[in-house]
Amino acid sequence: MPENNVILSVRHLTASIDGIPILKGVNLEVKAGEIHAIMGRNGSGKSTFSKVLAGHPSYEVTGGEVIYQGQNLLEFEPEERARMGVFLAFQYPIEIPGVSNLEFLRVAYNAKLKQEGKEEIDTFDFEDLVESKLDLVKMDSRFLDRSVNQGFSGGEKKRNEILQMALLEPKLAILDETDSGLDIDALKIVANGVNQLAKPDNAFILITHYQRLLNYIEPDFVHVMQNGQIVTSGGKELALELESRGYDFLDEQVISEVGV
Amino acid sequence: MSATSVKNLVNQPYKYGFITEIESETIPRGLNEDVVRLISAKKNEPEFLLEFRLKAYHQWLKMSEPTWAHVEYPPIDYQNIIYYSAPKQSKAKVNSLDEVDPALIETFEKLGIPLSEQKRLANVAVDAIFDSVSIATTFREKLAEQGVIFCSISEAVKEYPELIKRYLGSVVPIADNYYAALNSAVFSDGSFVYIPEGVTCPMELSTYFRINNGETGQFERTLIVAEAGASVSYLEGCTAPMYDSNQLHAAVVELVALDNAEIKYSTVQNWYAGDENGKGGIYNFVTKRGLCKGVNSKISWTQVETGSAITWKYPSCVLVGDNSVGEFYSIALTNNQQQADTGTKMVHIGRNTRSTIISKGISAGKSQNSYRGLVKIGPKAIGARNYSQCDSMLIGDNAQANTFPYIQVDQPTAKVEHEASTSKIGEDQLFYFAQRGISEEDAVSMLVGGFCQDVLNKLPMEFAAEADKLLSLKLEGTVG
Repeated sequence: MPENNVILSVRHLTASIDGIPILKGVNLEVKAGEIHAIMGRNGSGKSTFSKVLAGHPSYEVTGGEVIYQGQNLLEFEPEERARMGVFLAFQYPIEIPGVSNLEFLRVAYNAKLKQEGKEEIDTFDFEDLVESKLDLVKMDSRFLDRSVNQGFSGGEKKRNEILQMALLEPKLAILDETDSGLDIDALKIVANGVNQLAKPDNAFILITHYQRLLNYIEPDFVHVMQNGQIVTSGGKELALELESRGYDFLDEQVISEVGV
Repeated sequence: MSATSVKNLVNQPYKYGFITEIESETIPRGLNEDVVRLISAKKNEPEFLLEFRLKAYHQWLKMSEPTWAHVEYPPIDYQNIIYYSAPKQSKAKVNSLDEVDPALIETFEKLGIPLSEQKRLANVAVDAIFDSVSIATTFREKLAEQGVIFCSISEAVKEYPELIKRYLGSVVPIADNYYAALNSAVFSDGSFVYIPEGVTCPMELSTYFRINNGETGQFERTLIVAEAGASVSYLEGCTAPMYDSNQLHAAVVELVALDNAEIKYSTVQNWYAGDENGKGGIYNFVTKRGLCKGVNSKISWTQVETGSAITWKYPSCVLVGDNSVGEFYSIALTNNQQQADTGTKMVHIGRNTRSTIISKGISAGKSQNSYRGLVKIGPKAIGARNYSQCDSMLIGDNAQANTFPYIQVDQPTAKVEHEASTSKIGEDQLFYFAQRGISEEDAVSMLVGGFCQDVLNKLPMEFAAEADKLLSLKLEGTVG
């Protein structure tokens, strides 16, 4: 039995896309109050891992299990997972022409309230609520009237993701390369948002290629993914080691481990 | 949102597909000169109209069906269609609503069109047309106080023959096209609107068309005349029961706007579209044209086309008066096996004439949705301007969207702009919604609503919400 404070427990997870195996046995345990970083080369499977957790329909889970707060997460539809508190900040947030950001956020927020058996929030109260969160990501209220992500700069899109996260208050937030394509100011805003949202009862998984983000968000654990598996785990110092030595040093390490 | 859950989404059944059990008076199938004479006789028409019909019939015989549209269907047997069907009434002429068969009143109530005094929409006058005849026209007296005429075209022929003689066929000549000629020969009923000089029509006018009989073609004829300085907003709605066989609907609508007059014509078309395998449904082959005859006149077409197995329809504006304005705002939604070839013609003849075309095509299922539009600037149309925007949205992988714009400019000072875009509701977009807890139905409805916003805004307020809801219903279960 997992301990009460375990939010996510992944065992031997395998998944493929179009019949090609990508995840080849991922193990990971995330407890409340923890921040985990998953690093790895492009194509190592880390983005796939985030999409499989969120239930992207293109990926097929071929084995293993994912227990989220005591429930088999894989049994739930993507929208149900979202309403249960699993949040994915997208690497490439999708543009939605014709749908205002405010409307999108309101419908999403009401879906969550409904799940929790609460009454829907009215438009005016909702506007007040959103306004109160804007400062966290240094966004102007004009963003609310624009179509979701349409014509947003890279940095604005990522900040919009953090705004959604602040509003939906997920139990488990997965940030898929949220740092990619950000200038240093935007990176700081995003990191500050995450730091303020991290609470003892929620957890974060940061998926990143570079150590840079981890200068601003201090992870409790760093995992390295390679060829669809987590091949090594450690504390935040592992990220620094990767930064200085590059991913190549892992190859040697893995080979030597296998050799033993 | 997995493949299975998509399949589980129930396709909303067509809720207007019921049949009214009512005794009808129908004439034998087929079309010949005697049938044309019979229709005219049944309606006690004056001689000039019979001549109009016969001329059209003989013209029709010489013509052939147009084949250029991007639609496919088996040949239509014109001799297998019933050209006149009317519910039997105890009296030849119905003087008040109390004398109308309750089954008919009930039919329209079921369709959401209450005709009885107490339940009417407060600010909308309705002409209700059932198969070949007009059943009732509401608010006639109130409109008459301002000199506005709103009645069935059959009555207008008798009561206002001079107006009919002057304007019928003046915008769409009988030889205009195959279906217009057919309509001119056999049209049974429709609405007539006349707004006198300087009058702004005090309420929305609306005609509701209902096909009930399974083998009847519907050939309605609408004529709207706005005198100098007059203005009117008119809306038509259409539904039909579900039959396995295809039915022909070939209407003609003519609009005339004199100096400084304005006509806004809106359509919410929801004819039965056939089942998901393409069996049954209405062939909607319609000619609609507005003539901006006077200076500064304006004609605006807004259409939400969601029904019919096949749609062939190009509401157009002929801009004769200097500074006149033509507008066309369209949403055409096709699903399953539906085919639509629809658009507009803007013909600029006068100086400084302006036209705007905004077309939104949404194709789901295995449907085909084509925009076809002509912008023609004549040699005398100095300073004419056109702006066209044609956007297509594809839902799923099996639908088709086409755009066929024709631009013909014979005046060097004219400015013509054309923009087009194609987008697709894809898996990634829906996944983004789902990841924020938003269901697929809500996502599609928000996406389509957003896509159509520019056009929905143009509908009269009473109908915009209705149209939005209709679009969502039509799209349930289309993604997968």
